Amino acid sequence: MAKSTFLRGFAKDWLKPLTFWALALPGLWLAWQWGLLLNGAPNDLGFNPIEKTHRFLGDTALRILLISLAITPFRDLTRWLPIMKIRRRIGLAAFWYAAAHLAAYLGLDLYLAAGMSWTGMWAGLGEDVVERVYITLGMTAFILLIPLALTSFNVMVRRLGARLWQTLHYSVYPLAVIACLHYGFMVKGHQLGPWIHGGILALLLAYRAGVWIRSRMKPQPVASTS
Amino acid sequence: MLISKPHRWQLPERAVTSKADFLNRRQIMATAGALGLAGLAGCGAAEESSAQTASGGHPTSGPLPFQPTGYNVADESTPYEAVTGYNNFYEFGVGKDDPARYASAMTTDPWSIEIEGHAARTGRFALEDVVDFSALEERIYRLRCVEAWSMVIPWIGVPLANILRQFEPTSDARYVQFITYQDAGEMRGTRTRVLDWPYKEGLRMDEAMNELAFLAVGLYGEVLPNQNGAPIRLVVPWKYGYKSIKSIVKIRFVSDEPETSWKQSAPREYGFYSNVNPNRAHPRWSQASERVIGAGPFARRETEMFNGYGPEVAGLYAGMDLIENH
Repeated sequence: MAKSTFLRGFAKDWLKPLTFWALALPGLWLAWQWGLLLNGAPNDLGFNPIEKTHRFLGDTALRILLISLAITPFRDLTRWLPIMKIRRRIGLAAFWYAAAHLAAYLGLDLYLAAGMSWTGMWAGLGEDVVERVYITLGMTAFILLIPLALTSFNVMVRRLGARLWQTLHYSVYPLAVIACLHYGFMVKGHQLGPWIHGGILALLLAYRAGVWIRSRMKPQPVASTS
Repeated sequence: MLISKPHRWQLPERAVTSKADFLNRRQIMATAGALGLAGLAGCGAAEESSAQTASGGHPTSGPLPFQPTGYNVADESTPYEAVTGYNNFYEFGVGKDDPARYASAMTTDPWSIEIEGHAARTGRFALEDVVDFSALEERIYRLRCVEAWSMVIPWIGVPLANILRQFEPTSDARYVQFITYQDAGEMRGTRTRVLDWPYKEGLRMDEAMNELAFLAVGLYGEVLPNQNGAPIRLVVPWKYGYKSIKSIVKIRFVSDEPETSWKQSAPREYGFYSNVNPNRAHPRWSQASERVIGAGPFARRETEMFNGYGPEVAGLYAGMDLIENH
């Protein structure tokens, strides 16, 4: 079975580092483009680099989050178990991109709009969170991501125990819904982007709901580690 | 729809000028242009016109003759590449670079404008018969987008009031509505209902007659690129950019406040007046300051009431609550 030997070797030696670099790539690209921009060189950030940065980081965070939610269905469909080794890593990357998205909004929007005043920046954040629905939603999604990111290390998984950890991490589903709403409330007019991302999320949620209903109908509970 | 019926003694529009005379006039104008007599014809432009006309109608590319005016702003104009590469023209897609990428599919020649409603002269008019391309002027205006970014653009065109007066609007014409071209084949963005196409905008008649209201056919001394609303677009610099409707095919003189696309789509966010107002936040973001496009990634400026055009337009809104009437 040459194929399964190859797959086993790939999973053992390549899966994790490849995943790491694949997840880092969008961030490296963005940093590279900002380097070009600040040095006055031609770049791909367009005529409104800050808006481009917000969109890029937000899109990347949401897409990586959706990919992390697709890992378990992928395992179920392919029976390729090693994929589970990278699930937490992908989820954690979504957190980092969301954190960068928030930092860019704080630093490149609110801090600059407040005339480079830190107190002005925090006041701006307070005002936005209270008055602007999409900011409220975005901040909520990010705050919900924090405990998941903090507990994504082996030590914390062991400390919490599998069951509690699993329960805590189910909050990724409502969080992802809120993130999609954040996107939907941000755009002008009736745009497709939020519907496409929301639709993919709906499919993933429907899959998990289907699995849950089937497990409830079976007499014996499944000792799942997922 | 309010369309004034012509009086029975009035000639129908098509009978006013015979087709032969009309074509003859065009030929005279074309000859004058070819001989470089444009200057003698009264345009007085600094540079000789070498605009290209595709079908003997209006210019479709190249430089336009124009007269400078005192309507200038002190700030540097936004680079041409940004003005023509960063656009909101949702008929070609919602991405900022979509219009520059896809607007070339739009046919702008021949172009006619339909005039409807409360006016003595209604009907369909060729663009070159509505706009005198030998009497253009330049105005360097600020453009403030509702998305909190801004540009400074040297437009070439004619005062809107001059154009509207040609059609002799009646006293029932209290508002004027503008409608954008619509063609699903040429405008890929209209295949999805981002807005209720075609795009519609409107002004109160006194706003339309204000000295600042302008119809642009060019920018940076040249014919408007398609992504900027070729061949003719509105420019109302004291209002958010979306009021400055592009690629106009219809003008209607109406007695009631006309339907406008963004107000129809989200009335809580976009009002009929849409005057630039730093004190009235958009429900989803502050309007107090703006990003200055093309002036470095961190460039910002404080947004001014009426985008800085208060002296010219504030009188239009005397006694009005501009938060309520946003």
